Amino acid sequence: MHELAIIEGVVDTVTERLGDAPVSSVRLEIGALSGVVDDSLRFCFELATEGTSLQGATLEITQIPGRCRCRTCGSEFSPDGQILLCPCGSADAEVLAGQDLTIASVKVA
Amino acid sequence: MCATCGCSGKARLRLVTADDTPEVLAAEQLGHDHELSHEHEHRPGHQHRPGHQHEPGHQHSHEHDGGDDRTVILQQKVLAKNDEIAGQNRSWLQGRGVLAVNLMSSPGAGKTTLLERTARELAGQLSISVIEGDQETALDASRISAAGCQVVQINTGVGCHLDASMVAEALRALDPPAGSVVVIENVGNLVCPALFDLGEAARIVLASVPEGADKPVKYPHMFSRADLVLVTKTDLLPYVQFDLARHAADVKQLSPAAQLLQISAVTGDGMREWYDWLRLSLPVT
Repeated sequence: MHELAIIEGVVDTVTERLGDAPVSSVRLEIGALSGVVDDSLRFCFELATEGTSLQGATLEITQIPGRCRCRTCGSEFSPDGQILLCPCGSADAEVLAGQDLTIASVKVA
Repeated sequence: MCATCGCSGKARLRLVTADDTPEVLAAEQLGHDHELSHEHEHRPGHQHRPGHQHEPGHQHSHEHDGGDDRTVILQQKVLAKNDEIAGQNRSWLQGRGVLAVNLMSSPGAGKTTLLERTARELAGQLSISVIEGDQETALDASRISAAGCQVVQINTGVGCHLDASMVAEALRALDPPAGSVVVIENVGNLVCPALFDLGEAARIVLASVPEGADKPVKYPHMFSRADLVLVTKTDLLPYVQFDLARHAADVKQLSPAAQLLQISAVTGDGMREWYDWLRLSLPVT
């Protein structure tokens, strides 16, 4: 359940940057290849924000699609699922986008 | 609640010596007085040590007015803090000429048994120390210590993985000599440890044959970041169904650069190749 750790990291970062200012919403950008499950994040959010300045805030999640470049044929492609398989058949690919977990913005009430 | 992994307690860290029998460790409930706080309130450590922390001062907030609420753009990576500490661990280890490897697998895949045999057979040839991660008990640390290694046990409570700050603390306690190997035995789990960089030079994933050959495709995150995959318990191959070729092909697809070795820590098959891998991976000093 590392999603709980992820949300705790979000709470830490937000409170560190904004102090005690009450937060009404948080927008996260979750890469499709980041290994984090949206539903689990939502499940943990309420629990992990309890008693913090983020309590009661809404959680908005924007999915960032995965994007790869094939090291064999050189073309760019969007992987289907977690296996970075190029349409040319090679799985030797460099990830260009979709691996990050980013706190994009917060709304302060 | 712990701010790193969400556990209700704190990670506890304890240097285990040869004098620490399992009974002694059980009796003292694993050093509650040596608590390692891994809440995100990490204070800057001492100079020249892992865990020395810098405020991330290169981010900028931009505020926008929007009705009653104002939007603050953060654009900050969630794992930035862990990754920063992992980077410090990595430079510290490189500076000392120490090879650190992150050993990961499901529970019971044979991490500790592999380390026991490795420590015994390489005694006098290669200095190995171990950071043991488990939710509870120092059972593994006792086994490793009995095999002649310096070992630090980290108990994560309900935490499901080790993070970079726990490893920083453990490295301070271990004080590994130049030219040595530090094996970080992560919490047995094929999911969560994959996300947390600890500052290791290489990630090693164990796949034991009784688990079945489908683990790479079921847990792609873990295997896609592996530098070395060790197929363990190969002495059991006659008794279980494990398609070695299929497994190798799946690993290759997820991590094209990963090396694959087959070993049995019981019979010793393949252990020489594993020792060669360790020696070749040592930093040149």
